[in-house]
Amino acid sequence: MSVNPELQGRVFPPTEPYLVGREKIREFSRSVFATNPVNMDVVAARAAGHADVVAPPTFAVVVQEFTLHQLLSEPDAGIDFSRVVHGDQRFSFTRPIVAGDELTATLTIASIKSLGGHSMVTAESSIVDAEGAHVVTAISTLVVRGDE
Amino acid sequence: MKVQPADLEVGQIVAEGEFHLTRDSLVRYAGASGDFNPIHYRDDVAQSVGLPGVLAHGMLTMGVAVQPVVDWVGDPARVVDYQVRFTRPVPVDAADGATLSVVAKVGAIDIESGVVRVDLTVTFGGDTVLGKAQVRVSLA
Repeated sequence: MSVNPELQGRVFPPTEPYLVGREKIREFSRSVFATNPVNMDVVAARAAGHADVVAPPTFAVVVQEFTLHQLLSEPDAGIDFSRVVHGDQRFSFTRPIVAGDELTATLTIASIKSLGGHSMVTAESSIVDAEGAHVVTAISTLVVRGDE
Repeated sequence: MKVQPADLEVGQIVAEGEFHLTRDSLVRYAGASGDFNPIHYRDDVAQSVGLPGVLAHGMLTMGVAVQPVVDWVGDPARVVDYQVRFTRPVPVDAADGATLSVVAKVGAIDIESGVVRVDLTVTFGGDTVLGKAQVRVSLA
């Protein structure tokens, strides 16, 4: 089984809206050793000019994850999950994620490249808020190891 | 006191941190992130795919490594871009855990936009575990 090259350029349907909870941000913050008051305390967050507690930068992966699930379960993708290694990751923000956001992600397969028997899949998930305004783009490169 | 881009120099160390990960940290991250891949909490599954044992989630390492920079700039909202390459796994021993060390240095300064690129060196046991780990922070 190998990665279907026709995936390149494919745009997936938007994910169901994800409502960002205050306690979820606190839970995620503790898990990544984030101790900034803006992550935890509504009063501190509002004093800093935010609507509610602010998520750590990598929290966007929680929303992105739904799009990667779409990719891995695409019937013609040819991606064997047990052979997938996370190569690199990037988040580019227009604004931070805060509690109360309702976020929707749309996945585009930006590129598929072959390198020494492996495939490199670059998956770009554009995450927007309830008004459709851009919040963050999460980009993962997945390395799919070839048959040995 | 607010950090001003003009006061910084390329190469200057602006933040450092040490983080001790245990198996508990991995379970906590699995629950918080929704990433329940068993190679992050079951040695038998990790070993069945040729790994020495349970590994930290790459995204946990990425999430932890940016925290010294967040504390330096004072607000996670100042992070406008963050990227890493996962170059080496971090095995987390059941008894001893694993300690990550982070050193954050100024990589580039754009006075006009107020955006500073901070380069992270993240090591475990003396080896770097992330490549091209760059955080762009807006100090405007």
